[in-house]
Amino acid sequence: MGKATIMEPMTMVDFFWSPFAEFAFMQRALVASLALGLISGPVGVLLVMRRMSLAGDAISHAVLPGAAIGYMIAGMSLPVLGLGAFITALLVALLASGVSNITSQREDASLAAFYLMALAIGVTLVSVHGSNIDLMHLLFGSILAVDQTALVLIASATSVTLILLAMIWRVLLTSSFDPLFLAQYGRSGRLANQLFMLTVVLTFVACFQTLGTLMAVGLLMLPAVAAKFWSRDIPTACLLASAFAMISGATGLLLSYHASLPSGPSIVLTAGAIYLVSLFVGSHDSLLIHTIRSTRHRES
Amino acid sequence: MPAALKLIDVTIAYHGHPAVHHVSGAFEKGSLTAIVGPNGAGKSTLLSAMAGLTRVNQGAIEFDQTDAQHHQIAFLRQLSGINQDFPLRVLEVVAMGAWQEIGAWGAIKGAVLTRIEAALAQVAMEGFEDRLIDELSVGQLQRVLFARLIVQDAPIILLDEPFNALDATTTTDLLKIIHSWHADGRTVVAVLHDLQMVKDHFPRTLLMARELIDWGNTVDVLATANLARAQANSLAWQDTASWCHVPGTLEAMNGKSHHHGAHDHG
Repeated sequence: MGKATIMEPMTMVDFFWSPFAEFAFMQRALVASLALGLISGPVGVLLVMRRMSLAGDAISHAVLPGAAIGYMIAGMSLPVLGLGAFITALLVALLASGVSNITSQREDASLAAFYLMALAIGVTLVSVHGSNIDLMHLLFGSILAVDQTALVLIASATSVTLILLAMIWRVLLTSSFDPLFLAQYGRSGRLANQLFMLTVVLTFVACFQTLGTLMAVGLLMLPAVAAKFWSRDIPTACLLASAFAMISGATGLLLSYHASLPSGPSIVLTAGAIYLVSLFVGSHDSLLIHTIRSTRHRES
Repeated sequence: MPAALKLIDVTIAYHGHPAVHHVSGAFEKGSLTAIVGPNGAGKSTLLSAMAGLTRVNQGAIEFDQTDAQHHQIAFLRQLSGINQDFPLRVLEVVAMGAWQEIGAWGAIKGAVLTRIEAALAQVAMEGFEDRLIDELSVGQLQRVLFARLIVQDAPIILLDEPFNALDATTTTDLLKIIHSWHADGRTVVAVLHDLQMVKDHFPRTLLMARELIDWGNTVDVLATANLARAQANSLAWQDTASWCHVPGTLEAMNGKSHHHGAHDHG
């Protein structure tokens, strides 16, 4: 028998480096997903720690009607879509907190009411005025179509988010621990909570163009929940979550490139894999820790 | 003695139903007072209004000019109002007491850090600076919150059921701190349920059951007849109750509480 023809095996460089080195659209997608990963960490961890995981979900859906209106006005123009998304998401967040401030309704209930209405309006607008492909783009994003303008938008939104978070960090943590303590010193606690909702909205506006309104919440929540299996300390958990989100972004892009899968779900599935690994073998509170819980203990 | 804090015909209502009903009187400067009464008597509501966190529907709460601002009041709420699972570090929680110095961005160092360390030592929690709050027992958490009060260094200190669910040792240690505040000349007011503790440690008592029952020296206030009257006061509100019409009583009351049934509370 002659020598069998074997396909040249794919090297590590081919797998990890070449896609980004050869294609400009992959480079832009990588930069975008790294920037999004960076802010997803702290914003996601704070949402989880403040027991607002579902609020994140709600606001991510409130992005849709604004984006749809933007689409009706200007077509697939990212700045207009982004502005529309920003306005409706902020509106839903403000309405929900307004209603819960004035009445004795809980904020999560009001948020659910408003985001469901917003979602229905968004789906109606898209189905009346757009095609199904447009709806798919809004819902699942198109990270491989990120252009220069979109990169600038993402960079601006992530920078503003990081600066805002740094400004409200201590006030936000203080009022999360003891909600009324800062009320004795003025209105800073309430202001910080509102600014935090603004950072959540900004994060979603930055994410939805690339990941879609449906998938964006995945990049925000999965790394944050995964990080809690490794550390209870808030700053450490934020750094870990950012790292997880950035790894998910890069790995998800490669997965999408090599296996010809849509990029948004690839990224979120990678984040899901990191979550599952953390759930099983994390250093704190994981299933592994619970199973090998031994009788061994310290004297004090 | 001048009054540190004056209640002038204070009424606080939820949805139109009074939780605190026409209460008047004064906390003297440097006094150590217990607020006592059955569940639902409006004790926590009154305390929260004194801290400036609950709006007064009628009447007014006045402060001595020198401690006129609310931030010169240190207020410790019930533990249930605190998110005990939120993993802040002990040092960060105690540093909250120095909010006016550190604010939202200031570093925790120098004189502030020294004050924090001293406060932690006073509550026997030195060495716990880097522990996470969710690792602490309830007693240790309450010690940390007392350290925060010490760092706040306020002339008026309000405590809402500070000894709930605490063991004897912790209670004794924290009572010592309350007595040291009293010795400093601070005005201390605590909502309490343990009448024996009130008799042993608090010279003054305010007994209320939505309305003021009695306010004065503990031995007199905690007389059996008073306690029976506090218990007998129906605290269930009625939908059909008619609106309360009290004429402009602010000046006329002058330190007395308004009562609808005619009785003399001395």
